Amino acid sequence: MIPQGPIDFVPIWTLILGLGVFFYVMLDGFDLGVGILYGFARDTASRNLVMNSIAPIWDGNETWLVLGGVGLFAAFPIAFGIIIPAVYFPILVMLLALIFRGVAFEFRFRDAPNRTGWDHGFCYGSLLATFAQGIVLGAFIQGFRTDGTSFTGSSLDCFTPFSLITGLCLVFGYMLLGAGWLVLKMEGEMQDWARRLGRFAFIGVALAVIVVSIWTPIMDADIRRRWFSWPNIALLSPVPIITAVLAWAEWSALNRRRAEYGPFVAAIGLFVMSYLGIAISLWPMIVPHRYTLWQAASAPSTQAFLLVGTLFLLPVILMYTGWSYWVFRGKVRADIGYH
Amino acid sequence: MSLDPLLLSRLQFVWVIAWHILLPAFTVGLASFIAFAEGMHFMTGREVWFRISSFWIKIFSVAFGMGVVSGIVMPFQFGTNWSRFSVATANIISPLLAYEGLIAFFLEAAFLGVLLFGRSLVPRWAHFTAALMVAAGTLFSSFWILSTNSWMQTPAGYEIVDGRFYPKDWIAIVFNPSFPYRLLHTVCGFYISTAFVVVSVGAWLVRRGEFIAEGRQMLATTLTVLMVLVPLQIVIGDQHGLNTGEYQPAKLAAIEARWKTETPTPLTLFAIPDEANATNRYAIDIPLLGSLILTHSLRGAVKGLDDFPRDQWPPVIFPFFAFRIMVGVGLLMLALVVAANLLRRGGRLYRRRGFLRLLELSAPLGFIAVIAGWVTTETGRQPWTVYGLLRTADSVSPSLTGWNVAVSLAGYMLAYLVIFPAGGLVMSRIVRRGPEAMVSEDAAVESGRPRRPVIARPAGRAEAVARPAETGGAP
Ligand code: HDD
Ligand code: HEM
Ligand code: HEM
Repeated sequence: MIPQGPIDFVPIWTLILGLGVFFYVMLDGFDLGVGILYGFARDTASRNLVMNSIAPIWDGNETWLVLGGVGLFAAFPIAFGIIIPAVYFPILVMLLALIFRGVAFEFRFRDAPNRTGWDHGFCYGSLLATFAQGIVLGAFIQGFRTDGTSFTGSSLDCFTPFSLITGLCLVFGYMLLGAGWLVLKMEGEMQDWARRLGRFAFIGVALAVIVVSIWTPIMDADIRRRWFSWPNIALLSPVPIITAVLAWAEWSALNRRRAEYGPFVAAIGLFVMSYLGIAISLWPMIVPHRYTLWQAASAPSTQAFLLVGTLFLLPVILMYTGWSYWVFRGKVRADIGYH
Repeated sequence: MSLDPLLLSRLQFVWVIAWHILLPAFTVGLASFIAFAEGMHFMTGREVWFRISSFWIKIFSVAFGMGVVSGIVMPFQFGTNWSRFSVATANIISPLLAYEGLIAFFLEAAFLGVLLFGRSLVPRWAHFTAALMVAAGTLFSSFWILSTNSWMQTPAGYEIVDGRFYPKDWIAIVFNPSFPYRLLHTVCGFYISTAFVVVSVGAWLVRRGEFIAEGRQMLATTLTVLMVLVPLQIVIGDQHGLNTGEYQPAKLAAIEARWKTETPTPLTLFAIPDEANATNRYAIDIPLLGSLILTHSLRGAVKGLDDFPRDQWPPVIFPFFAFRIMVGVGLLMLALVVAANLLRRGGRLYRRRGFLRLLELSAPLGFIAVIAGWVTTETGRQPWTVYGLLRTADSVSPSLTGWNVAVSLAGYMLAYLVIFPAGGLVMSRIVRRGPEAMVSEDAAVESGRPRRPVIARPAGRAEAVARPAETGGAP
């Protein structure tokens, strides 16, 4: 249906978009997770500390969301045109939650009389945004009713028992990432506190991932065949095995005082594996059961035009993003405010 | 009454973008102003620039945060409410939006942290560089988003296959006919908007008599800049109007409430346009002037709306009145700026408390003009989203029902009505505390500063960390 060019850009755009979304999940994942954990902090001093650990970087992290959204629009517009209206309400909730959470950074410190109000905004905003993203994920795996290039279902279709579970799953997952980040940035008692919350989140993640991993193949015959038919079952067996090893590593890192990087790194590893699992289940569909990556792709000229700049800009972006993380490296200090 | 998803989606889009635009209108200019102040401090070492910069950085951080959260809402609007528009135009406009993200947003976001929190963590030149990068980011952002919008106004470089747009010539797409005018006019408008805010705060500081040096410096700098930019803006606006007449004649006819083609054309200063009867009531017309302004000749013809089918008319009263508000504000600005600069000679300005008070009231002027300008532009484009090619009615997502959009619109309204006034309060509180109060706090506080350096500190670093003690390091 689409005029074809001499070079197939779809694989590379799949890779770029996949990486972009993964960066978003990892980076905003830990900082949304920190936002959720913020609700558990007991006093103002520890809340300050928790917030300061992400204040200089959250904006950059959220920018990957823009890139993910616009990247989908650019590389696979038909998927964008079907999926985004289909998850109308989760997107709405996510955006509203991100608004309240985002301004809390500034308002909390400058708007002293309303301190608790914005504190709640920050914590519940992070929680709701995460849950909404999880619902989007669940709805995406389940697929959408379509006609041509339009979504034709109802805006409530995306709320299913399955998507509610993926919502929960992501909440625990981001909390785990957030706890890993806090272990990295904190010392002493605060670090122990982060480890305790991390263990709690880990149990939640483990349960939720098990439920989702059993439910998905039961629900979807294509996915069942993908994983359990011979020889796939053998070829794909490293995925659950590595996941199990990482889970063990995460748990022991959370329990060992000396492991400062372990909890964060292993949590990222767990996310990589889940991400891979979903990709394997759905490949090569971008709108499950309806459109493949190739069918949903934008014009080759569009992909080429954007690719030229992207290949140059992505490394540059990673470089200066890395620099800004480096400037704010090390432990957060307890005795300081925001400004 | 049944809820119409199209109408509600339009209202929702207007609501979210009109609030969003207020922040770029402020932050694009302010980022440049901060970079300028940082540069002056870096080069001259004068402490007053340090205090001015630190003061505005606080305000900037609040405005910028609000700009980001209201901005993230925007690209998702295209997907949630305008999915048919998105599918049809994606091949053309998506790379422009994506380049905005890749070039502008990441640049801003990465250097913002250093600008806001890094003063004592990095050498002074690096902090100045961060300020420059943030300023550049906001300008790149304006470039790409205005290219996108201008393409929707004056599409070029495309072909249509099966109801979808395909790119043919990227240069023609990015630099489409109205883009240079819109870019210049909008960015100049943003600078003007910011400058009037700075003028207003400066006038207040001088009148209050507490931070006179800072206030005077702000006034002197921005009034000089405004003396150039305001007349320039009027010239660019005039050129923009000629461009509109060429590429969007129906919009121009609506702006001027011209129902019939007449040669020579009069200029309607004021009227109540009556769309049903295609005529103006209570019109105040000046003969010939329309031809002169709109075609730059005494015998030029301006197309009237009767040259276009009725179902292609924009809703005349919106562009008509919005345009008059914008131009009125522009002329008012010109008067203010000329008067202020005349008074500035011999320093009379700083003693005229009445006039300073007037300047204090000028802060909203730019924002009013910007919103009015955009309402002119966007309502004048109706009933199209891509001018002459794709109707707004054919752009909306088919799955949405009236109550879906009613709920989301209510959500955005509530959220913005909480957030924006709160942000305004927070910023005005910073202003009330004044520039001096900031400096001592600024020195003490950096988020995420290492207690013990994780990595051995390079030689230049110790000096950088010690610097805030000099609060500005005046030699
Ligand atoms: C400080 C802000 C400001 C000021 C003082 C003015 N404008 Fe403006 N104007 C804008 C800010 C703006 C804007 C918000 O930036 C717009 C909306 C879209 C655009 O391209 O620029 C705009 C749009 C706009 C348009 C519509 C173009 C189109 O969409 O086709 C015209 C014809 C003018 N302007 C002309 C003028 C004239 C003759 C002015 C003389 C006083 C003037 N503007 C002052
Ligand atoms: C930034 C200042 C802007 C303002 C204040 C503004 C305002 C408006 C207004 C008033 C309308 C409604 C016209 C009507 O329904 O009669 C509209 C429509 C629209 N504008 Fe803008 N606009 C702005 C910028 C942009 C930009 C930069 C884009 C695209 C990149 C854009 C895309 C659209 C679209 C898609 C519509 C059609 C939907 C609708 O009718 O509401 N706008 N805008
Ligand atoms: C004339 C219209 C617009 C201009 C000039 C403009 C400019 C800007 C600027 C300068 C920023 C940086 C934040 C700030 O300074 O407050 C920003 C933020 C943002 N804008 Fe707009 N914008 C416009 C309309 C739009 C539209 C229509 C969209 C949607 C496609 C959009 C999407 C965004 C996003 C996603 C952000 C947040 C970026 C981040 O994460 O840093 N903007 N905009």
